[in-house]
Amino acid sequence: MKIVVCVKQVPASSDAKIDPETKRIVREGMKAVLNPFDAYAVEEGVRLRKKFGGEVIALSMGPEKALASLREAVSLGVDRAVLLSDRAFGGSDTWATSYALARAIEKIGGVDLVICGKQAVDGDTAQVGPGIAAHLGWAQATYVMKVEQAGEEGLRLRRMNEDGYDVCELQYPAVLTVLKDINQPGVPTLKGVLAALREQIPVWTPADIGADARKLGLDGSPTRVVSTAPPPPRHTVTRRITGSPADCARELVADLRTRGIL
Amino acid sequence: MIVTSREEKDRYRNVWALAEVLSGQVQPVTHELLGAARALADAGGQEVWAVLLGAGTASQAVGLFAWGADKVLLVDDPRLDGFQDELEAGALTRLIHKHRPDILLGAATARGRALMPRVAVMAVCGLTADCTGLSIDPQTGDLLQTRPAFGGNIMATIRSAGHRPQLATVRPRVMKALEEDRARTGQIIRENLEESDSPVVKRVVEVFQDKESVVNLGHAQIIVSGGRGVKSAKGFDLLRALADKVGGAVGASRAAIDAGWISYAHQIGQTGQTVQSKVYIACGISGQIQHLVGMQSSDTIIAIDKDPDTPMMQLADIAIVGDLFEVIPEIIREIDKV
Repeated sequence: MKIVVCVKQVPASSDAKIDPETKRIVREGMKAVLNPFDAYAVEEGVRLRKKFGGEVIALSMGPEKALASLREAVSLGVDRAVLLSDRAFGGSDTWATSYALARAIEKIGGVDLVICGKQAVDGDTAQVGPGIAAHLGWAQATYVMKVEQAGEEGLRLRRMNEDGYDVCELQYPAVLTVLKDINQPGVPTLKGVLAALREQIPVWTPADIGADARKLGLDGSPTRVVSTAPPPPRHTVTRRITGSPADCARELVADLRTRGIL
Repeated sequence: MIVTSREEKDRYRNVWALAEVLSGQVQPVTHELLGAARALADAGGQEVWAVLLGAGTASQAVGLFAWGADKVLLVDDPRLDGFQDELEAGALTRLIHKHRPDILLGAATARGRALMPRVAVMAVCGLTADCTGLSIDPQTGDLLQTRPAFGGNIMATIRSAGHRPQLATVRPRVMKALEEDRARTGQIIRENLEESDSPVVKRVVEVFQDKESVVNLGHAQIIVSGGRGVKSAKGFDLLRALADKVGGAVGASRAAIDAGWISYAHQIGQTGQTVQSKVYIACGISGQIQHLVGMQSSDTIIAIDKDPDTPMMQLADIAIVGDLFEVIPEIIREIDKV
């Protein structure tokens, strides 16, 4: 089985700083990490490869430094990695990003399954996975919490929704987005880390994947950010309650009754 | 579709709201989408269309007029039983080409977040996720879509000037529904599902309603949430007792999940659920930014912690300085008194 796992390098959010002048995120010097959800996608890809044989390929789009996240994927067990990196990709929204990734998946060729994390924690859109499926014209299953059965022809999956979950079956080729419930990601092995250091990761440009330049970057993106602003502040004065636990409880319950909450 | 002039844009009219159907039932977020759609439509002299896709859902179409719909675009077909992303996206794309809406709003739910991106790609249009503000730019007629980005640290306003329709999703309980008005009527437009709507089809084998595995924190008015300070799985029993007492749900920070004290379904924050409860009681949660972005828009935040200086204790409306294992039993006792 040939599996592609899509990963993204995201800023470590605990470092988030807003430039007071420009109101934009200060990205310089910010630590970058593998998107937390993507570790589960990598793990699921590696597990399926162990079961069926074949190959798992990690795919990412981003600046050159995103190679670090691909190396991390290699250390976690993927067989090889590909980075899409070129100025022409810059400024892509989820439409253009999923277009570029879909072209790269076609270029890799013979892929049965694409696995993505549920969403990236910087954009939080959850749009790229279904976007890839749409560009490829493949089946999709999102919010996958469990692979119940994996066969040569297709998968039986448990998908989460707001009411519970459903069980669905689909045929390859398909695109999945996975939740944290799906597995417990492994830790890099020494062998994996050494492999990651040695790995020659190819960097592909739009020409390499035969992409239509009009569908990439800012020009290829239907959406555009026109302005940014800090979020509305919480106007609160914190009321502090101290004293014995019983006193605290009495004051709190009285306060909540006054507010009409209890 | 790509549009290059105001004239072309003006050929796309009306605001569509995609009804959220779960287990065959129209969900309340649909009413909120219709409320938002009504405001946008009224600003531009357009109509509100509810789009209802499902199997055996026709009887619920007429109820949508009461919540602000002028028309209901109905596809009722047994093949739409269960969630068929591919088929629904194909049908919706075909209907978009046929009726040319200006705007399509969907719910930022498991279903909406699967369907809307697929439609956006197929119909070649922009999609903005999790909008908290929507308005029409009077100059251009474009939809201005405001959403939190970067974990809520920044609000971005997004426009899709060169494409129609303009697609946006909205999380449940963000937009206001109108008052239900049963005197309102409208027109139902029936459309068929077509064989060509999707070349690939999945089989939905079974649907489970499972309140245990899916903790729907989004619906909870009161959430009692625990972090590192709860110390153990057993510690969460105390939080459950308080939650039961006030009719609330139990949430947790990532630290508690990672420690294995409670399941991921309870996680609130950047990689868990986002909640906007009436009351959020944070017990032993220090308040890292990843957690705060998932709960800070709750109406009233109460923090209980021994350490008075944590970010959560600073953010809270009410901060109780004390040991949660002593304070919570007293709170339960105090509520019982009356």
